Amino acid sequence: MEITMIYYLIPALIMFCCGLYGFITRRNMIAMLISLELMLNAVDINFVVFNRYLYPGNMEGMFFTLFAIAIAAAETALAIAIIINVFRKIKNVDVEDLTKLKD
Amino acid sequence: MDYSQFLAMKQEICLLVVFLLVFLNDIFMPKRVQAKIGVITCVLFGVYTLLCFFPQLMPDDAESAFSGMYETSPAIIAIKNILNVGVFIVLIQSLRWSSTDAQVIRRGEFYELLLLTLFGMYLMISARHFLLFIIGLETASLPLAAMVAFDKNRYESREAAVKYILTAVFSSAIFLMGISYVYALTGTLYFDQIADVFNYYGTDAILLSIALAFVIAGMGFKLSLVPFHLWTADVYQGAPTPVTSYLSVISKGSAAFAFLVILWQAFGTVYSQAWEWMLYALIILTITVGNLFAIRQHNLKRFLAFSSVSQAGYIMLGIVSGEAMGLAALMYYVLVYIFSNLAAFGVVGAIENATGKVSRDDYNGLYHTNPRLAFTMMLAMFSLAGIPPFAGFFSKFFIFTSAISAGSVALYVLVFIALINTIISLYYYLLVVKAMFIKPVDDNTVPLMQSSCSERVALWICVAGIIGLGIVSPVYDWLLQICGC
Repeated sequence: MEITMIYYLIPALIMFCCGLYGFITRRNMIAMLISLELMLNAVDINFVVFNRYLYPGNMEGMFFTLFAIAIAAAETALAIAIIINVFRKIKNVDVEDLTKLKD
Repeated sequence: MDYSQFLAMKQEICLLVVFLLVFLNDIFMPKRVQAKIGVITCVLFGVYTLLCFFPQLMPDDAESAFSGMYETSPAIIAIKNILNVGVFIVLIQSLRWSSTDAQVIRRGEFYELLLLTLFGMYLMISARHFLLFIIGLETASLPLAAMVAFDKNRYESREAAVKYILTAVFSSAIFLMGISYVYALTGTLYFDQIADVFNYYGTDAILLSIALAFVIAGMGFKLSLVPFHLWTADVYQGAPTPVTSYLSVISKGSAAFAFLVILWQAFGTVYSQAWEWMLYALIILTITVGNLFAIRQHNLKRFLAFSSVSQAGYIMLGIVSGEAMGLAALMYYVLVYIFSNLAAFGVVGAIENATGKVSRDDYNGLYHTNPRLAFTMMLAMFSLAGIPPFAGFFSKFFIFTSAISAGSVALYVLVFIALINTIISLYYYLLVVKAMFIKPVDDNTVPLMQSSCSERVALWICVAGIIGLGIVSPVYDWLLQICGC
């Protein structure tokens, strides 16, 4: 069986949608962060696959993925730091408890 | 590699020099000098801002660098100058806040992060390749999350930071997804080559529309367009006031310019088939919903947040026209918006620093206790609402003119809706003015208070800008000339 592009794109899309769904429905901040990571990694797969199958001549998509991975790591590090900061105050990581700011 | 191409990035390099000087000062200088870091940053940045207004001092030979990934032009230099003016005012405004006891130990980091985010915004505006753009975008938005969380001992600040970082990452994930489909369609990430491919081969309209919807949604989060605005009010309320003013003015202004560059340069050729109607819907929703929610806010920081949501809608009107005139109108609008909004935030911040009050009810009878602050706030509100003698009227006028210039019926309807919304916005801006001037003094009213020297200087600059830009027309002519009309 020949593995074509679609075999990679469908899982990537499913990953992205799972991330989207998780981000919207999960109430745990760490789980939301994991969902975000799923979405970012789905994008990485997309870039690599498009580069490999559609435009094998240049490496633009691969390079973009490398940078995207680095950026995602930085984002996660910062988000975790901030979540820990909140955890110190409210002693859990449930977004339902983030209700101080409203009118 | 040809190192002379770095000469194209003069402003970025100068900004980095300012950053390094501040950074080294923060680490190596004696305590006595470190204590003055805020003033030192203001002076260094002020000198740099002034220098940038005289580009002839630095001979220009390169227009683009890194094989076209980075581009500069007189218009882009002017955009960066406009942002510089705003950052300079924010820096002055933050002096008092940064020398409070809670902030003193880490205020150096505040100034360093602020300068770095500005560097990211420069890259966003100058980028002509999506890789450089994303790096700029993240350099601009990640340190901002740290700045929102800067009031470490205040819980609201942390909560605002969580909301900001989660939405920021979410929006960049969506944006990246859009870019990946654009890459699939065109095989390149250079803006001009993307446009060429669309022009030459035509395009699969459905996939392109999906990709563009992702891209516009991602940028919409940064610009807080409705329906992507839900984070705005909470973050603006929770963040320290100088950071809020930075977010609402500089971050939003630079995102608007970057959005314009992407839409015109990369997707300009598929305007009518892919994103024209998306943009119309976004503008109408943003202006209307922002206005309607602003009416019911009592916390002035939340109120200004929704007012800035609806202002973002007006800013987007400059993008619709797709011509140099729209760019000039957008630049003028952002310049005026910087002065008016920073004046409003300056007053709110000054009162918050002195008394801790941010509710509209606390402003009842402010004119009787603090006449000059009340007068400044009135000027800011009039300018934001667009009342004739002040700058806000002209900026709205120019941006409507540029939007209509293309001349289709849909655009007339769009501008008509925007006009009606101007009248709605007048209502809630005048509520604040009414509270300050007409309502009697009561127990909650802010008592007579002394604002610090730095806050007064910042407010004087803003007032001069609001009145001056309203009277002096050469500024707009100058912008038109720079944009090549």
